[in-house]
Amino acid sequence: MAYQPDRSQYPSRKPDGSLDIDLSSGKYLKLWQGPQHPGITGNMSVELTVCGDEVIEGKTHVGYLHRGFEKLMERRTFIQCFPIVCRICVPEPDFNEYCYAAAVEELAGLEVPERADWIRTLILEMGRINSYLMYLGGQAGALGQGVIGQWTTYVRDLMLDRFEELSGARIYHMFIMPGGVRDGLPDGFDQRMEETLREIESTLADVKDVMFTNAVFKKRTVGLGYIDPAIVDQYGVTGPTARAAGVAKDVRRDQPYLVYPQLDFEPVVGQDSDVFARADVRRRDLLMSVDLIRQILARMPRSGAVMAPLPNVLHWKIPFGETYIRGECSRGEYGYYLVTDGSGYPRRVNVRGPSYTHAMALLERLIVNCNISDVAALMVSLHTYPPEIER
Amino acid sequence: MSLSDVLSPFSAWKNLFRDPVTIPDPLNDRPGAPRYRGFHQNDIEKCIGCGTCEAICQNAAIDMVAVAEIATKPGDSGLRPRIDYGRCCWCALCVDVCMTSSLSMSNEYKWVDHDPDAFCFIPGVDLKHWDSSELGYRRPEGHRLTGIERVAMGELEPEVRADSFVEIVAGYDLEQAKLEADRCVSCGLCVATCPTHMAVPEYIATIRDGDYEQGVRLLYQTNPFSNVCGRVCTHRCETSCAARHEGDPIAIRWLKRHIIDQVTHDRIKQIAAEGRVSKPSGHQVAIIGAGPAGLTAAFDLAKAGHGVTVFEALPAPGGMMRYGIPEYRLPYDKLDEDVDVIRSMGVEIRCNTRVGEDISIDQLREQHDTVLLSIGLHQGRSTRIPGSEHEDVVSAVELLRRITFGERFDVPTTVAVIGGGNVAMDIARSLARMQRQQHGQVGVTLVALEAEDLMLADREEIDEAREEGVVIIPSRGPRQCLIERDALTGLETVHCVSVFDDQGRFAPNYDDSDIQIHDAGLIVEAIGQAADHAFLGESLTEALEWERNRIRIDADGRTSESWLWAAGDAVQGPDVITAVAAGHRIAASMMEAFAGTSAQTH
Repeated sequence: MAYQPDRSQYPSRKPDGSLDIDLSSGKYLKLWQGPQHPGITGNMSVELTVCGDEVIEGKTHVGYLHRGFEKLMERRTFIQCFPIVCRICVPEPDFNEYCYAAAVEELAGLEVPERADWIRTLILEMGRINSYLMYLGGQAGALGQGVIGQWTTYVRDLMLDRFEELSGARIYHMFIMPGGVRDGLPDGFDQRMEETLREIESTLADVKDVMFTNAVFKKRTVGLGYIDPAIVDQYGVTGPTARAAGVAKDVRRDQPYLVYPQLDFEPVVGQDSDVFARADVRRRDLLMSVDLIRQILARMPRSGAVMAPLPNVLHWKIPFGETYIRGECSRGEYGYYLVTDGSGYPRRVNVRGPSYTHAMALLERLIVNCNISDVAALMVSLHTYPPEIER
Repeated sequence: MSLSDVLSPFSAWKNLFRDPVTIPDPLNDRPGAPRYRGFHQNDIEKCIGCGTCEAICQNAAIDMVAVAEIATKPGDSGLRPRIDYGRCCWCALCVDVCMTSSLSMSNEYKWVDHDPDAFCFIPGVDLKHWDSSELGYRRPEGHRLTGIERVAMGELEPEVRADSFVEIVAGYDLEQAKLEADRCVSCGLCVATCPTHMAVPEYIATIRDGDYEQGVRLLYQTNPFSNVCGRVCTHRCETSCAARHEGDPIAIRWLKRHIIDQVTHDRIKQIAAEGRVSKPSGHQVAIIGAGPAGLTAAFDLAKAGHGVTVFEALPAPGGMMRYGIPEYRLPYDKLDEDVDVIRSMGVEIRCNTRVGEDISIDQLREQHDTVLLSIGLHQGRSTRIPGSEHEDVVSAVELLRRITFGERFDVPTTVAVIGGGNVAMDIARSLARMQRQQHGQVGVTLVALEAEDLMLADREEIDEAREEGVVIIPSRGPRQCLIERDALTGLETVHCVSVFDDQGRFAPNYDDSDIQIHDAGLIVEAIGQAADHAFLGESLTEALEWERNRIRIDADGRTSESWLWAAGDAVQGPDVITAVAAGHRIAASMMEAFAGTSAQTH
């Protein structure tokens, strides 16, 4: 039940195709949603032109969070880049660590021990769960359902505890280092992880009852923000957003990395390509991650090295080369393009964060004709983390 | 849309009957995980102030600062890391890279203070309540960021080297040297320890970069004897190397040799001559003794345009480097190369010219502005035990000199060496080689006063000597040389219980009941050397100030006579690199004295 706009209110188009909006006519209103606004995903803003309560045009503005990580890395040695990459994505930092480490390893010719690969996979799935939990709270919150966020924050906190005991930190784990991972699993980790996973499953059952089996939520989200499967590739849409449109894209299966080829899973696919479908795909993907973690813990090797022997990192030079490393994060395809020039510093690091395509071009397209009260829910459904737009 | 869509959300009400999940008192009830990367701890006794934490910190959150109660000493810069929590990102790379594992992180994460400057602190010095915390991030076992184990040096096998004077140590090849150079963390503790402060981290970096000419340039800035020191240096730098705390130190000596081995001799000469002043200053310097101290001073002075003449009593320059160190450790042609570079600066070396016989010291003084006395210790000390005046009881230095001369003297089948230092090892191993050449077997017994673990010789010298068949008996004091019908037959020793008394003074304590006889047709005394000052003449000997049989010198190497400087083993000791350092100091001191004074007309 897609939103039916009243076309009579619509502005005409100029010969160049842009909208002919005459602000002095009194028909239109310019409105900024963000950068400081509860209904915005992080530090970005959307410049809305509304007619009544209908969005006629939306322009995205980013740059409020620009810290220039890619440039910072050009002035840091390869090991010094390792602690800063995680900051490119706060809720799910591990993909930065993994992609950067894998790129360095490939160009430096390091052979990562198998055990480290398992632990890396475990961490990436733990991070995915955290990211989805945060998303679910945000998606419900954008529609006024504050309680979901409280529940998911609780179980996310349990997962942060697992991160803390494994990596020594809760948010910026700085655990996946070029060469492997810092350490193995602590004693008793499996059992505590299992308890956490059960708590997550039980909470998700509640979330399903309260959020997904909910007339209000359905009314607001079904049909909202429809993405035509035909434009998925055109707009570079990846991850759950693409899968909710019925496009079964998943880097874990399509370009397998780490130990994913040894794990048993099928990409979660949806049909309707609206906000509800995307939320549902993410919920089911989260449950799949729970299953993957169980598989990993049951099958991972428990002894052996977790780090490849590193050269002296204080003056580590890597020969000429370039590579692109990708992985499936909770928002879609995450990638690192690394160029080395034989010196001790990366020549160029380019971070491909999925939020870049989703939150800018795609949002500008989807936001047209959207009711102003649905803008927040629409934006959240694209699952945007602005730092990865402004690396 | 169904009825359940309306009713199901109300299931949220069930949470009204659940306990809260929040922690009521998180400040006290929520310790960090055992691996938590919290506030820093530093064991300042273990910390050596190497600064690798500062080097690796990508936030520049760490500064190495001087701490009042910690003194600088060899192997410890005296600095300690100060951490700025306004910059720190708790990545723990500093903990991972720490060379001594002194730095760690506690699991404490709460710190409230009204003073923002308090968050810039020196862990371990500015005491905190988490200093004693047992939990927190420690570098996991086997997790190393500073490279691999020391690259083993190729050496001749004992059976190959035992009867030959061919150089034992093979030297690193390019790949080995790069691997070994890679381990260096460039902390510079070695620079502080090296008597002549060679730019060790910098020249090791040239190996990594493959820029050997720059390496030679750096070597010559501080040491014109890199061929020699690359082989026989006592490498005190390696004893202060940060890498030694968790493995073997960087093979600094072998890397120095590797650099000098990679560049042709002609190119080395060109590089050494860079910056040479070609216009003569007119000042003339006489140097007595062509050892490392004298020749280093000669190199510096000649490079600065001063006229330098070196007077050497023996037939070839090098001093103890040539006449004391056996060829299997330092091939003569390598020494010749170093000397040739020095000669190419315009230094004139007059060999076979003994001051006091061929030319008097007064003549030297008249013909030159300044004179440097660097005569070395070429007289062997005697034990003065009964029988030691026998002609077959000889000093090690004399015998080593004869071997260098190429004298083919007959070595008896049994030899006893008295002494536990490197000179004793040198002569024992040299005689063992000659015995093997002449008799096909080794019969050298070495007796040392000290116990095995206190012997003064390098451990590798002792081990290699044993590998070559030398019998080394520690804790034996010589009692008498046994002579039968004018022929030397053996050495009698007693057990030495202790070498030093309670105050640490030399006062050997013997157990006379424990007597051993060692067969010996030749006894070599290697218990120390003395300088021969006879040539100075009475009036000068009178005029000079002395300190326990050594000429007294000041920090610049000046004696009490304004025209005379002294350096080397005769006044300072104990090794080549100390002599090189003294040579530099004296050259600088002389040039300072020249400044402002016009050259004498000679």
